[in-house]
Amino acid sequence: MSSDVRFTDFKSDKQPTWCPGCGDFGTMNGMMKALANTGNDPDNTFVVAGIGCSGKIGTYMHSYALHGVHGRALPVGIGVKAANPNLEVMVAGGDGDGYSIGAGHFVHAVRRNMDMTYVVMDNRIYGLTKGQFSPTSREDFETSTSPDGTHQQPVNPLALALAAGGTFIAQSFSSDAQRHAEIVQQAIEHDGFGFVNVYSPCVTFNDVDTYDYFRDSLVDLGDDEDYDPNDYDQAKEAILDRSKEYQGVIYQDEDSRSYNDRMGLTEDLSDIPEGAPEDAMDLVREFY
Amino acid sequence: MPEDLNWAIGGEAGDGIDSTGKIFAQALSRAGRHVFTSKDFASRIRGGYTAYKIRTAVDPVESVVDRLDILIALTQRTVEENMDELHEGSVIIYDGERTTMQDLEIPEEMVGLDVPLKSLAEDAGGAIMRNIVALGAACEATNFPIENLDESLEKRFGGKGESIVENNKEAARLGQEYVAEEFDHDFDYDLETTDDDYVLLNGDEAIGMGALAAGCRFYSGYPITPATNVMEYLTGRIERYGGTVIQAEDELSAINMALGAARAGARAMTATSGPGIDLMTETFGLVATTETPMVIVDVMRSGPSTGMPTKQEQGDLNMLLYGGHGEIPRFVVAPTTVSECFHKTVEAFNFAEKYQTPVYLVADLAMAVTEQTFPPEEFDMDAVEIDRGKVVDDAAIDEWQNEKGQFQPHLATEDGVSPRTFPGTAGGAHMTTGLEHDALGRRTEEEEVRLEQVDKRNRKVETAKNEEDWSYREFGDSDSDKLVISWGSNEGAIREAMEFLEEDDISIRLVSVPYMFPRPDLSEDVEAANDVIVVECNATGQFADVVEHDTLTRVKRVNKYNGVRFKADELAEEIKNALAEGTEVEA
Repeated sequence: MSSDVRFTDFKSDKQPTWCPGCGDFGTMNGMMKALANTGNDPDNTFVVAGIGCSGKIGTYMHSYALHGVHGRALPVGIGVKAANPNLEVMVAGGDGDGYSIGAGHFVHAVRRNMDMTYVVMDNRIYGLTKGQFSPTSREDFETSTSPDGTHQQPVNPLALALAAGGTFIAQSFSSDAQRHAEIVQQAIEHDGFGFVNVYSPCVTFNDVDTYDYFRDSLVDLGDDEDYDPNDYDQAKEAILDRSKEYQGVIYQDEDSRSYNDRMGLTEDLSDIPEGAPEDAMDLVREFY
Repeated sequence: MPEDLNWAIGGEAGDGIDSTGKIFAQALSRAGRHVFTSKDFASRIRGGYTAYKIRTAVDPVESVVDRLDILIALTQRTVEENMDELHEGSVIIYDGERTTMQDLEIPEEMVGLDVPLKSLAEDAGGAIMRNIVALGAACEATNFPIENLDESLEKRFGGKGESIVENNKEAARLGQEYVAEEFDHDFDYDLETTDDDYVLLNGDEAIGMGALAAGCRFYSGYPITPATNVMEYLTGRIERYGGTVIQAEDELSAINMALGAARAGARAMTATSGPGIDLMTETFGLVATTETPMVIVDVMRSGPSTGMPTKQEQGDLNMLLYGGHGEIPRFVVAPTTVSECFHKTVEAFNFAEKYQTPVYLVADLAMAVTEQTFPPEEFDMDAVEIDRGKVVDDAAIDEWQNEKGQFQPHLATEDGVSPRTFPGTAGGAHMTTGLEHDALGRRTEEEEVRLEQVDKRNRKVETAKNEEDWSYREFGDSDSDKLVISWGSNEGAIREAMEFLEEDDISIRLVSVPYMFPRPDLSEDVEAANDVIVVECNATGQFADVVEHDTLTRVKRVNKYNGVRFKADELAEEIKNALAEGTEVEA
């Protein structure tokens, strides 16, 4: 790790193919800034991405990275972090990837509390498949597969995380660059599973959850002197209040102990010493 | 044929059948006798018939037979289930005092030993020890020194305190004395002991031990019969070497975690059974195309769907060879004995890392749950060699970067194997993806690059075919024109069937194949034979199909798919019948 790492060191030489104006640009820049600010460099960083527009992030960033199959990025990140806790592990996905096909893994990743960061680019639509509703789409949202609305409630990812025992639950807005980077940085610094839902508007297929909508409706909990993210009840109230869109660290468990810590995972497991370990024959003797 | 004794304890699931059987098997093993166990169990926690069977001899035993000499029957059903295997002179130990046992009927020609198991156990300190009383009774009926049982009880209950151990020893002694005093009978059986040293373990345990020996440091899995023992074995042991086991939320997660750990540089493994392989198949493609080394164990059970979870079958071969969309380079390794489970697991890790591919290690239920004795030298840890393949460190990184200083994880080399860096290696940062990619690991749809990458991945298999020894195990008369081909756990039963066949002057040559892909070329062997029989536990003959495909020759098939493993005597008949059939099958 070197102290002179700049966030641009995390940029690859590949130009993003995201639509001009896509919220994912801001989301990614904030992630890179947060990584640089926390003293990481590309060679000690592992980024895992899912499928969809968000999944392309590994191509546009420079680090160790894996672009996996739909919905399964979190388990990959967990495996990386368990095998080498010295690495900074960041998993990125979209609302479809994280809350639909990967919802099962999301809940279990939260409760496992591995020391890693999960950034979800939530644009409330399926973009790469060209405009079908997503699990966070509003009930009356009209798309190619929901011509008269979805007829189902949108999932509340923050509530899902809270119910699963989340120790760091945050929300940010990709357009509010400074604040977004700050929140992701706090997620990285958290000892446990740092979850950040990022409003990352789709300018091509979602004309409801737009930049203007978020700009007008976002309430920054960081501006509220009475709000204490360590207060579970306050957090619960904010998370279950769906009449507002919140930004900031909504909940953080100060006593969080990561899975790595609980399990004593500190070693880089890539190293296998030459020759059989001294007590290896004990393994055989057990069967006497 | 070994002078063997066939012993069993049967009752309801929850009666402690399994642990009681294991205690006796260990006592026999410690007394220098060979042991081969098998289990009849149902997919339930309590109730239903379950049995633990032991075949033991001074010479090695590798299969089960249709004969039962000593039976501890805790239920009437135990007698009924085994009636075909019982014979004149078979000893049945039972408890006539138990109210539920009042109707237990022992056929006249057999020796019924009515032992008050429960009340003797209570005398020793608790009714729970009634099975141990029965073991003591069995020792007397077989002239087996009860001191050997004592050692086994110490091992089993030592952790629970001295008084528990002593109570159990007392329970066994009461059982032994009761038989000695109450029955004026000259038993036919005499279990002699030897000074030989053996270890007793099953296939799942041998796989787990092989993984540890190979340096496996990460295991993720989801419990599923009959593969769970692998995870249970590794849990608590892998930590000694700094490693970790994660019980995942499902098989999808399990294989993806292992993928992550493998990319972080750890030797990583997951184990499951057929239904789990189904779920893992999507990620299997990702593992292969990202060229990630990983071992995936499939312990086969009866399918399809949930099938018969506690029954034997070798029905997954086609899935392992061909499963997954697109074309996927892979290795499929199939150990043929419990001890081979150890060696082939080590080999699987080396294949995985040398060729940067997923490796399926396929065992079957019969092998996975069968405990068998081996000389401990068979598991020589010092002989284990670890080959991590083309790992590039900080010092050598320059050689593998392009002109822009970017590391090329999917560089198309001559042998198809690319350089590999572990995260943390300076200058080695790279991405990889399940999308078709270029040498840098970046998405591409360029025709030339696509061809280059597909060819590169497939070239690894060609390289491995040339570089590795894809041999088979061979037994019997090498000059015989009767060739029997086998894979998986059938080897032992066939070897013993060969002894039965010798009695009828039929000598055969057995080829037991431990590699399903890449696999040895059997063309010459098949061509040289008049009769070729492929023996396997499935209905359609999946390996027979492969042999026919490879050798362009029709083969005969001996298949069993009722959920029970082959028995040596039954197999001898089947092989005889197959030999009696015409040599050519109509195309």
